[in-house]
Amino acid sequence: MFDLAGYGPQIFAGTITTVELSLLSLAVSFIIGLIGASAKLSKSRSAATIATIYTTIIRGVPDLVLMLLIFYSLQIWINDLTDWLNNLQDSIDFEVSLNPFASGVITLGFIYGAYFTETFRGAFMAVPKGQMEAARSFGMKPFLIFRRILFPQMMRYALPGLANNWQVILKATALVSLIGLSDVIKAAQNAGNGTFRTFYFMTIAGIVYLLLTTLSNGVIMLLERKYAVGVRRAAL
Amino acid sequence: MIYIIENYWREFLYSDGYHVTGLAMTLWLLTISCAIGFCLAIPLAILRNSRNPLLWVPVWIYTFVLRGTPLYVQLLIIYTGLYSLDFIRDSAPLAAFFKQGIDCTILAFALNTGAYTTEIFAGAIRDTSFGEVDAGRSLGMSQATLYRRIIIPSALRRALPVYSNEVILMLHSTTLAFTATVPDLLKVANDAYSATYNPFAAYSTVALIYLCVSFTLIFTFRKAEQHFLAFLKP
Repeated sequence: MFDLAGYGPQIFAGTITTVELSLLSLAVSFIIGLIGASAKLSKSRSAATIATIYTTIIRGVPDLVLMLLIFYSLQIWINDLTDWLNNLQDSIDFEVSLNPFASGVITLGFIYGAYFTETFRGAFMAVPKGQMEAARSFGMKPFLIFRRILFPQMMRYALPGLANNWQVILKATALVSLIGLSDVIKAAQNAGNGTFRTFYFMTIAGIVYLLLTTLSNGVIMLLERKYAVGVRRAAL
Repeated sequence: MIYIIENYWREFLYSDGYHVTGLAMTLWLLTISCAIGFCLAIPLAILRNSRNPLLWVPVWIYTFVLRGTPLYVQLLIIYTGLYSLDFIRDSAPLAAFFKQGIDCTILAFALNTGAYTTEIFAGAIRDTSFGEVDAGRSLGMSQATLYRRIIIPSALRRALPVYSNEVILMLHSTTLAFTATVPDLLKVANDAYSATYNPFAAYSTVALIYLCVSFTLIFTFRKAEQHFLAFLKP
């Protein structure tokens, strides 16, 4: 169907990298989001303040700037840390070098964790208070309340926001090719430079992204149906 | 950090002596692309709500494609892709346009924000309460007058909170301009980084500037909401 001039495997591998990167970043930011939302809603004043500073700063600064900041600085900090450890004890000598994939996951997870924090905070607040009180009166432990009562109900309110965040993460992975990851864009650029058909190959990269976003829209619709089980909709 | 600010403050704010750079360039990109996107979005949003498939389907395809692909890909297609096509290089005015990084950047940004803004405005138009429309019709307004006097002013007001988000996201997206050789804030930060090998100082300086711009925009939009949405106050 498409004439890929021998760059098919490279583009396919790039697509896989993009999908892996987005899914891992989603997982990281999901967890950061849950922790951040709990911190924001907790009674501890300092936890709430730290979480507020985190979400305010992250959401006020462009993701590309944060990505470059974290990608270049993280390596220097890790080097300083390992130097310090090596000086501490002469017998050990180790170093950690970050590859673009790992720093992409860490950075995207850290950035979108702030957006997830806000989504989850709103969703937790939307769960009726009576649910918590009922669960407590049954003698449930906090973690059990979270797992059985809060989380499943919260997910229904959070899904539209999560779906939106997921689409943003998927599109933000395009930026990671700027810090040297061989994702689908890098593959398309290589193919374009090799064959002098940049337009054609960049369009293919665009189609790959379009397929991924359309596919995830379908999955999100299924999830929305699953978490809306037991909710009676108003007949309009 | 002090060193970078002392040596690069002029580049960061407005000029490197030859070109407009830094904050001035970023704000110009933001203003021009949001202005073009806004003008594009109003007619498209009206078409998007049309009952004629010949009108709404093309607009739907436009917003679907531009919202479904990353802006970076769109910028690469317009900046590096189009210029590789023969018919563009053969026609002098097109070649002159697509050779300039800044033209391509503004075109890509405007088309992108136009797609998002179209959906925002189309949603607001769809949510216009039927009472307002009925009242307009009963006064004998034509379709055009109805849109001009009733639907558009009310829809734009209600779209303001969502639209302000889109403008902030657009500010964040302007950072991609440096990939098309436009000397915006991030390009200056890159220069400062490669001159000093101090990534943290270079990028956190520029992050602070972006933070200030974001807060200013949020504050301005909040003031605008208080003014234009005063009728919604409890």
